[in-house]
Amino acid sequence: MEWVRRLFSRRRRYQDLSISIQEHLEEKADELMEQGMSREEAMQAARRAFGNVGLIEERSREEWIWPELEGLRADLKYALRQLWKHPAFSLTAILTLTLGIGANVVVFSVLNALIVRPLNVSDPQQLYNVEHKQHGWYTQSYPDYLDYRDRNRTFNGMAAYDTFSAALATRQTVTKNFGYLASGNYFDMLGVQPLLGRFFHANDEHGTDPAPYIVLSYDFWRARFNSDPNVVGSTVSLNKQPLMVIGVAPKEFHGTELFFWPDFWTPVTNGPLIGFSHHYVDNRSTHNLFVLGKLKPGVTPQQASDDLNSICRQLAQEYPMADYGLDARLVKPGLMGDLWGDSTRDFLAAVMALALLVLLAACTNLGSMFAARATDRSRELAIRLAIGSSRWVILRGVLAEAILISLAGGAAGTLLASALLRALSRWQPFVELPFHVIVLPDAKVYIVALLLAVGSGIFFGMLPARQIRRSDAAQLIKSSVGTEMLFRRLALREVLLFAQIALCTLLVTASLVALRGMERSLHARLGFQPQGVMLAGTDLTMAGYKEEQFLPVQKRMLQETARIPGVSAVGIIDRTILGEGCCGSESVFPAGTTDFRKELFDSRNFSISPEYLKASGMHLLSGRNFTWHDDADSPPVALVNVTFARMMFGNTPAVGQHFLLYRGQLPKEVVGLVEDGKYQSLTEDPQPAMFFPLTQEINDDYTVLVVRSTLPPTELAGMLDRTLSNIDRNLPLTLHSWRDALDLAFFPARAATAALGIMGLLGAMLAITGTFGVATYSVSKRMKEFGIRLALGAARVELVCTALGRPLILLLSGSIAGLILGMLASRLLAQIVYEATPRDPWVLAGTILTMTLLGLLATWLPARQSLSIDPARLLREE
Amino acid sequence: MFVTQQSLYLTPQYYFDNSYLEYIIPLMAKNPEYRDLFAGALELMILHSLRVKPMHGYALVKHIQLVSDDLLHIEEGSLYPALQRLLRAGLLESKEGTSAKGRPTRIYRLTREGIKHLEHEKFGFETMFDGITRVLAVSKA
Repeated sequence: MEWVRRLFSRRRRYQDLSISIQEHLEEKADELMEQGMSREEAMQAARRAFGNVGLIEERSREEWIWPELEGLRADLKYALRQLWKHPAFSLTAILTLTLGIGANVVVFSVLNALIVRPLNVSDPQQLYNVEHKQHGWYTQSYPDYLDYRDRNRTFNGMAAYDTFSAALATRQTVTKNFGYLASGNYFDMLGVQPLLGRFFHANDEHGTDPAPYIVLSYDFWRARFNSDPNVVGSTVSLNKQPLMVIGVAPKEFHGTELFFWPDFWTPVTNGPLIGFSHHYVDNRSTHNLFVLGKLKPGVTPQQASDDLNSICRQLAQEYPMADYGLDARLVKPGLMGDLWGDSTRDFLAAVMALALLVLLAACTNLGSMFAARATDRSRELAIRLAIGSSRWVILRGVLAEAILISLAGGAAGTLLASALLRALSRWQPFVELPFHVIVLPDAKVYIVALLLAVGSGIFFGMLPARQIRRSDAAQLIKSSVGTEMLFRRLALREVLLFAQIALCTLLVTASLVALRGMERSLHARLGFQPQGVMLAGTDLTMAGYKEEQFLPVQKRMLQETARIPGVSAVGIIDRTILGEGCCGSESVFPAGTTDFRKELFDSRNFSISPEYLKASGMHLLSGRNFTWHDDADSPPVALVNVTFARMMFGNTPAVGQHFLLYRGQLPKEVVGLVEDGKYQSLTEDPQPAMFFPLTQEINDDYTVLVVRSTLPPTELAGMLDRTLSNIDRNLPLTLHSWRDALDLAFFPARAATAALGIMGLLGAMLAITGTFGVATYSVSKRMKEFGIRLALGAARVELVCTALGRPLILLLSGSIAGLILGMLASRLLAQIVYEATPRDPWVLAGTILTMTLLGLLATWLPARQSLSIDPARLLREE
Repeated sequence: MFVTQQSLYLTPQYYFDNSYLEYIIPLMAKNPEYRDLFAGALELMILHSLRVKPMHGYALVKHIQLVSDDLLHIEEGSLYPALQRLLRAGLLESKEGTSAKGRPTRIYRLTREGIKHLEHEKFGFETMFDGITRVLAVSKA
């Protein structure tokens, strides 16, 4: 506490000191005057003998307190004054950093929300999804789950869940809602406590018997039941099955998939009760469930995965048919296993790197601004050095200014980012999915923002440090700029500019690659023609139909819809291709296979009506289409795509050949060959696909009417709604154009385009200001020289070349370096963006054009300035 | 007396601030007979002088010059940082007073702790001088 007292008494201490020194000088002077000096002479001699009064006083004061602290206060005050006096400089600098830091805060918040910050439960870092080793195989069968749960020695608990949608009816209304089918131990393993009532527990599960309970989410309870506390104990119906509401989940718990916020949870064994096949819980080959485990403390993921794989080997021996080749790996939960997780992580890491590059470019930009300003202030600095200031103190001043700017920029950037993030958190990109991303910044984000701000401040503040350290006061005062120094300083600035241009070119290239990928994906060969097609999705199970009742209803739908005037074709498929939940796949085997343990490959499978080809615009390449005569009594037939044909039959024509499904006893005959298409994502490699007539195979209980028409979408939607409601008022309907349904498929490309576009734009802006700064500076510093050269008869064009030659050379070489970097980074982009490559001539041309335009824009004003020199006036002024 | 600032080598200040060397080198070059005082010598002399009689700054300089028969020449300026250091350590205290000519100044005086410190330091110095003298005596023989 001593130092606190000292802090408050120091004003008196300093005053004492000044008085002492003043008296010292006076007394000395008196003495000298007695020896016959004049007062003035004596005072001067006394000061000479004493030394530098200001400096000694400062050194003495420094004994009292941590001198840096005091100095810092003074520096900050001085820096504020400097910034206030140069508003244009300050605003440019702050704005540059606002954008740089803002971009980083936004990207980091998203990264934090999706990847760093795990699920909103206790001990989230101990949670892992159990998946198969093959990418995209993230679900397990219920019997396998039970074995994993009971046989492992490395997990404290293991729960299973599945996401689905169902018709939920209360007294007044029926709506389509989203929910989880969860194992009994789900809530207990996660350590979540109910807000109202109770959750279901492991002891509510009796074998695979249903348990007629439902737990509501907080949001759903509030919206649908007006936060009525008496809801506990009441009954709702799910796909027409009555379930008792036993509890309400807490507000902050939204399930265990970040992108799928449920309205309710119901025990997993209710699957068959609410319309899933009874295989859902008793078939080892039916993989529907996410398995989530909580590691025991001290167990590493590697140990746990070894443990699970040894269980896999046991299971493969015990169940050679269903569990042949079973393996396991652990992935971080929350992002649909590795399906979205891997690409999301890669993409966000790439965007984060780009954002840091933007900040780096911004810092080099500011660094050269500071270096230029230090040069302009060299006379002031020289005077301060000459009267005894140390270089460290001067540098401290510059640093204080830099950090002040960076803090202001950081604060503004964080504010801007928070506003953006709030908007992003409210955004719901897909109508069909309960997809929410809460990316509000938390403490971690603010700390990162602060660190980034201070870090960049120190970085660009230190750039001119060399210059200050080497400056020689005498030299600086004699000539305003030392020649040797000029060379050095320009070199530093030029290196900075080069680096910055290279970074900016990289950003511009990345954004052009993304734009080009977006443009290409809009014109990609999808394998169907989505223009002018309306999709009407319905779920016959939700409406209470049994499987054997499906066909008559579907036929009626087709007939009634075809009668709508303006409808040119209508067909049925059981999944929306490239839509939500697309697609299933099934193992296929060559005809004659008897050992079904190792499939030839897995193929996408769809059930369609004969008119689907015409309605969707999928081309038949050879063979024939289905007819309604291909029914349950006739030989099983299939259409396959080109990739399927190549993988199964090689070069022999596919039509007329046969293949086998595991579950189908009779071989399928290929009657037609259709074009390849995209099924799950736009960036996927060509996938094998097979199509069966609805009359022979039911893959899924979903029914999608594909309606091709020239009518305006809203009008058609109205008519479809009326027509289908006439068939059954209880049909849950979702109506939208196929284009809208493609939102999900286009989302990664759109998000990438938006993110990379913004980064590219920021990069381009920084490149302009950076080049402009250096060009302007190089012109303004050489005005005098130019004036003389002009007066001696030099051509103006020559001067422009001299003035702008170096910035332009830097621009060119930096751009080339950036392009090369872009090429190297293209592998990263290819995962996200459709057919991404910077070797695309359009991208190359675009980048070169952009950088040229940037160069012209940035050097235009300085060039005009050097062209408009009036030597007579200039020389007079200098 | 600058030796006390050896810790400077460790700070970034040293890296940027070579003015400290500029300050000491010409001083020694100008006056070849001048020997740099060793660590703590100035403080010791200040403490001892003030024990004899509380004094103000100028008087202190005069006093040391006088009693050392001008053998020791104190840079007037360097006295003040040393005084502040001693004040901070609680070895001295200062109070308002007037100089011989009646001008307001501050009078420095030893505290109880200062006396204790002085005794301790004096003992240390005496041992050191003793040691040095012996070593020098041997080398002469």
